[in-house]
Amino acid sequence: MKVILRNPRREVDVPGGRRVKEVLRELDILPETVLVIRGDTMITTDQFVGPDDVIELRPVMSGGRDPR
Amino acid sequence: MKCRKCGGQAVLELRRHNAAFCVDDFVEFFRNQVREAIHRYRMLERGDKVLVAVSGGKDSLGLWDVLLDEGYTTTGLYLDLGIFEYSVESKSKCEAFAAKRGVPLIVSTVAEEVGAPVPVIKAVTRRPPCSGCGLSKRYLTNRVALEHGFSVVATGHNLDDEAATLFGSVMHWQTDALPRQSPALPSTHPKLVRRVKPLYRLSERETAAYAFLRKIDYIVEECPFAKGATSIAHKEILNRMEDASPGAKHNFLFGFLDRARPAFERTEALPLNECARCGQVTTGTLCAFCKLADQVKRAV
Ligand code: SF4
Ligand SMILES: [Zn+2]
Ligand SMILES: [Zn+2]
Repeated sequence: MKVILRNPRREVDVPGGRRVKEVLRELDILPETVLVIRGDTMITTDQFVGPDDVIELRPVMSGGRDPR
Repeated sequence: MKCRKCGGQAVLELRRHNAAFCVDDFVEFFRNQVREAIHRYRMLERGDKVLVAVSGGKDSLGLWDVLLDEGYTTTGLYLDLGIFEYSVESKSKCEAFAAKRGVPLIVSTVAEEVGAPVPVIKAVTRRPPCSGCGLSKRYLTNRVALEHGFSVVATGHNLDDEAATLFGSVMHWQTDALPRQSPALPSTHPKLVRRVKPLYRLSERETAAYAFLRKIDYIVEECPFAKGATSIAHKEILNRMEDASPGAKHNFLFGFLDRARPAFERTEALPLNECARCGQVTTGTLCAFCKLADQVKRAV
């Protein structure tokens, strides 16, 4: 399956046929830091992703902002 | 995973709330959190003229979207920082949002106001870019709000932003910064406009999910200067704690607001003057913004 990562945008191939949380663990990404997007919706980390699936792991962090 | 409300397919799990939601019920949850924030800190009233500081990112455009749906009278303010492609793209996101919703957007350009864009300010001052940038944003937002008669400025700061700021202040025991950290800052001078953060109860992941599910076209790419900012490092640490113990960020921030912050509140207020040059509020004679503009003008 294909995983799209951002900042900078890139793609990695990982084995499918398992849950999203296992993919996240393999890529060392904390669930709290990304949205898991498949097609035009989001999926929870207990969902299975197949070998032909494409998911985007979109980072949610925005930074450096002025505290006030 | 099933939606806690309706039992339908969930799109997002919120571990700290021990819940998962479908699209519609998540959007409702999000709006309820904003309503709760506004109510708890009496942030906005129906008659308020609200200036929403927008950057083109998920938080500020999401905030604008919610406030519009809640029926508030709002105008966007975009500050063009002159940070290469990032500024070009983020500005066009704000303009597109405003056009789509048919709402007014004010654009103010840092290069015109200070004399140079943020990358040049950074080079001239030899300080981290966020320092001159943050100072200019704070100053210009307030001045624009005053000039146009807005009663309140709303910003898109979320729970993670607030927890990271608190973490930074506590790490250095900046006891003067602690009482200033609040979801709502009252006006302490006729020339200081009230500031509110209606998203302070929502995590960064929740604001990103809201923007995505509401199909808001926001800028995903970060400001190039954000990398290496200490606030990012603090956010990463907090996210590790959150992963080990869901609710950690929430408890850290809300515990401070409810129980610790009052202990740091100062009784004697700092004397506030008006800047000899621009008339905006300062504790000195010349305000920090005018000093920065002088420094930039000497150099370029
Ligand atoms: S990351 Fe720093 S330089 Fe970039 S917009 Fe935010 S405050 Fe300004
Ligand atoms: Zn539901
Ligand atoms: Zn001044």
